[in-house]
Amino acid sequence: MTSLPTSTEKKLGLVIDLDTCVGCHACVISCKGWNTENYGAPLSDQRPYGEEPMGTFLNRVHSYEVQAEGQSAQTVHFPKSCLHCENAPCVTVCPTGASYKRAEDGIVLVNEQDCIGCGLCAWACPYGARELDQEEGVMKKCTLCVDRIYNENLPEVDRTPACVRTCPAGARHFGDFADPDSNVSKLTAERGGMDLMPELGTAPVNKYLPPRPKDSWDDESILAPFLEPVADEAKGLLGWIDKQLSRLPGDSKEEV
Amino acid sequence: MHPAPSVIIFTTFSGLGFGLLAWLGFDASPAKGWAAFWWFLIAFGFACGGLISSTFHLGHPERALKAFTQWRTSWLSREGVCAVAALFVMGLYAAALIFFDTHIPHLGWIGALLSLGTVFTTSMIYAQLETIPRWNTPLTSLLYLSYAITGGALLSGRVTIALILLLITTAVQLLWWKQGDSAFADSGSTLGTATGLGDRGEVRSMAHPHTSPNYLMREFIHVIGRKHAQKLRIISLGLMAVLPVILLLLPFTHVFALLAVLSHIAGVATSRWLFFAEAEHTVGLYYGMR
Ligand code: SF4
Ligand code: SF4
Ligand code: SF4
Repeated sequence: MTSLPTSTEKKLGLVIDLDTCVGCHACVISCKGWNTENYGAPLSDQRPYGEEPMGTFLNRVHSYEVQAEGQSAQTVHFPKSCLHCENAPCVTVCPTGASYKRAEDGIVLVNEQDCIGCGLCAWACPYGARELDQEEGVMKKCTLCVDRIYNENLPEVDRTPACVRTCPAGARHFGDFADPDSNVSKLTAERGGMDLMPELGTAPVNKYLPPRPKDSWDDESILAPFLEPVADEAKGLLGWIDKQLSRLPGDSKEEV
Repeated sequence: MHPAPSVIIFTTFSGLGFGLLAWLGFDASPAKGWAAFWWFLIAFGFACGGLISSTFHLGHPERALKAFTQWRTSWLSREGVCAVAALFVMGLYAAALIFFDTHIPHLGWIGALLSLGTVFTTSMIYAQLETIPRWNTPLTSLLYLSYAITGGALLSGRVTIALILLLITTAVQLLWWKQGDSAFADSGSTLGTATGLGDRGEVRSMAHPHTSPNYLMREFIHVIGRKHAQKLRIISLGLMAVLPVILLLLPFTHVFALLAVLSHIAGVATSRWLFFAEAEHTVGLYYGMR
């Protein structure tokens, strides 16, 4: 079981748009909501209203600041869930065969009945995409909402991962990367989708779209010539009002 | 990495136990009868005690048998298989010596090789992890094997060999620390590569996804203990090698020998604590920590 398939028919995964994500954490909540009452054991919380609350989540949103030399800093919200790596190190280390990658669609899953909760797969994942549930003692990870995407009991519009369905900014996209004409393949090609930590050779399926370059103050607008002031001195009625107002006390001194 | 006591006890004692079993297996003129019984009791006690303690950190120890199934890909599974095979073969070898006064050299050799194989597979569980650059080197296997062979020599009372091996292990440990200290930087992983944003400038973590530490932070980010790392390295070498060497060079008494063994064990445990506490996982990058 824990040998990786040499190739998968489909490569289902997510595209995450770092330009569009507003960091609202809605995907975190919808993911927890769906997955705590569906596939496998519920996602437990420890001390939810106490000191140092802690809980199991399959998707988390970090926030970073990127600053180029001499430029102002840019905030980038960064959602992170399992990347369903083609070369998933978390699968091959598993001693029980509980962790596996599906040959049909490439989804990486944990069979919780077989998991002994040794935690080694979480050690092997570079991205922190696996969390050992403290209540159930089994490994939890993003299922790519396998129980939604093929679920004929759901309206068709809902047969997409909960996080994708929820995102109010449209920053998450679901699709098949094996198909070059899919929405996700096209987005990746158009926007230069990136791998996380490519140096580790995990070959993630999920891709991240980099933030688009921001406007800068240095670029002169083409409208600038038309925005030049056309008159420096006020004349006529406005000129008269200006003069009368200037006589009254309370004006700022520099102006005169 | 979080230095969990169960894993430190496991690697320390099972390393010593299988190291001792290896020496007992290779021994050309082993003790027989009751004398053999005591040696094997210590060796099996250490090896099994260590293995049992390793199950304490499992979420579902009752399913542990499943861990023997994936030996084709998983080093953890291989370790389980190797350990059981080693204990089984050495058990037969020991029974022949203790109850039948019979020495079966070939069985001893097989058992000894399996014992060393167990130590090697344990080391590979750590050495295989690219996520922890400090461990991700063949030197980790060398380190575990040197510790086990040295500890086994000391426990089995081979004074001259133990003296030489203690020096060799010290050298291996120093080498491992030296290469480990630059391993993360050498691996090239940074918050820049972790987020893919590195080529746009300096990336800083601004807000964590959660307000208090979660499983990932507790398991992978252990900053507190690292403060005293240098002092603990010296203490570890002192206990593991220097004190035992001095005690062994003094005129032999059983008290000194026992003290040398106890000091060695404490030193190995300290080194193992550092092995975990100092190890930095790539997950730390996402939290702007290591
Ligand atoms: S992101 Fe982590 S858990 Fe998911 S497939 Fe890759 S290595 Fe495994
Ligand atoms: S925690 Fe479970 S899924 Fe992960 S390696 Fe251990 S047995 Fe396999
Ligand atoms: S695909 Fe499903 S399980 Fe995975 S992060 Fe999205 S909501 Fe969570």
